[in-house]
Amino acid sequence: MSTISVSHDRTDRPAPAAPSFTAGIARFARREFRDAIASKWFLLYTFAFTVLAVGVSFLSLSGSGSQGFAGFGRTAAGLLNLIMLVVPLMALTAGAGSIAGERERGTLLYLLAQPVSRTQVLLGKYLGLAAALICSLCIGFGISGGVLAWRAGGVGVGAYAMLVGFTALLTLAMLSVGILISINSRRSSVATGIALFIWLTLVFVSDLGLMASSLLFKLHVQEIFGLAALNPLQSFKMSVIVNMNASLDVLGPVGTYASHTLGNGIPWVLASSLIAWTVIPLAIAVFLFSKRGSV
Amino acid sequence: MIHAKNITKRFGRVQAVSDVSFDLENGDSIALWGSNGAGKTTLIRCLLGVIRCRGNASIGGVDVRRRGRHARALIGYVPQELAFHDDARLGSAMVFFAHLRQVSRARAAESLVAVGLTGHERKRVRDLSGGMKQRFALAIALLSDPPLIILDEPTSNLDAEGRGEVVETLRQLRQSGKTLLFASHRPDEIISLARRVLVMERGHVQRDTTPAELWPTEKPVQVIRLFLTMANEKDAADVLREAGHAVHLNGNGLCVAVPRDRKAEPIAVLARKQIEVRDIEVLDDVQIPETTR
Repeated sequence: MSTISVSHDRTDRPAPAAPSFTAGIARFARREFRDAIASKWFLLYTFAFTVLAVGVSFLSLSGSGSQGFAGFGRTAAGLLNLIMLVVPLMALTAGAGSIAGERERGTLLYLLAQPVSRTQVLLGKYLGLAAALICSLCIGFGISGGVLAWRAGGVGVGAYAMLVGFTALLTLAMLSVGILISINSRRSSVATGIALFIWLTLVFVSDLGLMASSLLFKLHVQEIFGLAALNPLQSFKMSVIVNMNASLDVLGPVGTYASHTLGNGIPWVLASSLIAWTVIPLAIAVFLFSKRGSV
Repeated sequence: MIHAKNITKRFGRVQAVSDVSFDLENGDSIALWGSNGAGKTTLIRCLLGVIRCRGNASIGGVDVRRRGRHARALIGYVPQELAFHDDARLGSAMVFFAHLRQVSRARAAESLVAVGLTGHERKRVRDLSGGMKQRFALAIALLSDPPLIILDEPTSNLDAEGRGEVVETLRQLRQSGKTLLFASHRPDEIISLARRVLVMERGHVQRDTTPAELWPTEKPVQVIRLFLTMANEKDAADVLREAGHAVHLNGNGLCVAVPRDRKAEPIAVLARKQIEVRDIEVLDDVQIPETTR
């Protein structure tokens, strides 16, 4: 082994500098994206989502025996349920395993010993994972959209694009929650367990809880709508329904109330809920991670 | 280069580092010496700014707590064992760190050549031996030619050959004007590389001394490691100290520095006190450099 060339006199050169804030984030994001798309979980999720999405599209269209927007609506309804189950699971578990996994493997310490801040590491990992997850979804949506275009024609392309957009927003929100879980977990298995618990709560328990609460406490429709909008999955579902039907009347009195009160503002209100679920957990995660006393 | 004042770190009820203060000038070298749990690694992590601690630390005049990433740009860090994504290939990992350190791909390639890892770019990190990992960590640490190198027991997982290579590289780095701070369990390394030694115990700096004071002899020093039953280690250390030997209990046997013609003496001293020595390892033969006397 020869030795590395080192300067004997540093006065002729500037001292080594840290990358700028955005450059540091971009470098971590790129690395995270590359690692994620090369990983087994990415391939598994992409394959599972694509197969299910194509299956749902094909079966929905075959079952409807219809062409055009009616066929699209049935397909979108099928995809909606699939997305509400699969996408939060993908994003929550991917986020939960990120920082906790690095910590468990001992790699986090080495990364933090480089000329980057904790905020750069966290945001870089978030953006890289978000890009990988959205990429995975786009593959599924792309192939499913191809089936849709082949069987139902180009009708409803805009609505389909909105479905993809809201799904991306849901992914970002769930990934933020996953990252928040991750920074507080010493082991990735614990983080994944918490993520699964939250997934179950959001997907199953919150719906039942809302129904039970509305009966027990005789909640008003505006309160039920408010509570539903606080759940990112319900916000996503209502956003997609509004997008397809232009109103929430299909949801009964609560939907009618929302349609009459908020009118055209419903998608914005619901999207705001998803954005809040993205920004707030991520901001808390950045704050807690940067203030953390240990690795 | 390093200014540390009243560095204190507590993990729950455990006081890992307690009120440690020291300064290290440009081009100087200092070793952290102490048993396992003495606080060496925690102190290093405080200086790197990867864990929060009380007190003040600055690197090259840059406050570690307030401007951590700028301070870390001045440091090349070599851990006890490199922990990086096992699936990553050497070449791409090197480019990643080169980007973080704001140096060119050419410099990254040059660093791999310099540590003898050229041709291994396609290898994954998990396929590297312990020695190769440490050479890789050293290459990353030196990518941006930082003025300060911090090493946390860099040779503890290496065989004699790998250890010799790393120590030789560090010796040359020191000669080139780099500032070194390193933790080590090996007196021979400390004698070879450090001008000063901070002897740490239970988070405190017990002594700020020199290798020559810690292992006083004008003759070439041979460091021997004595392996005893755990229950006897502390008593044995006390006995040897009473007999005038420089001893250190480091959690992995007792290290005793002796003149090379008196290697059996510590064993005889212990035998007189009926303390059995299970095994003995003769560490490298080292000559105290003039600069450390």
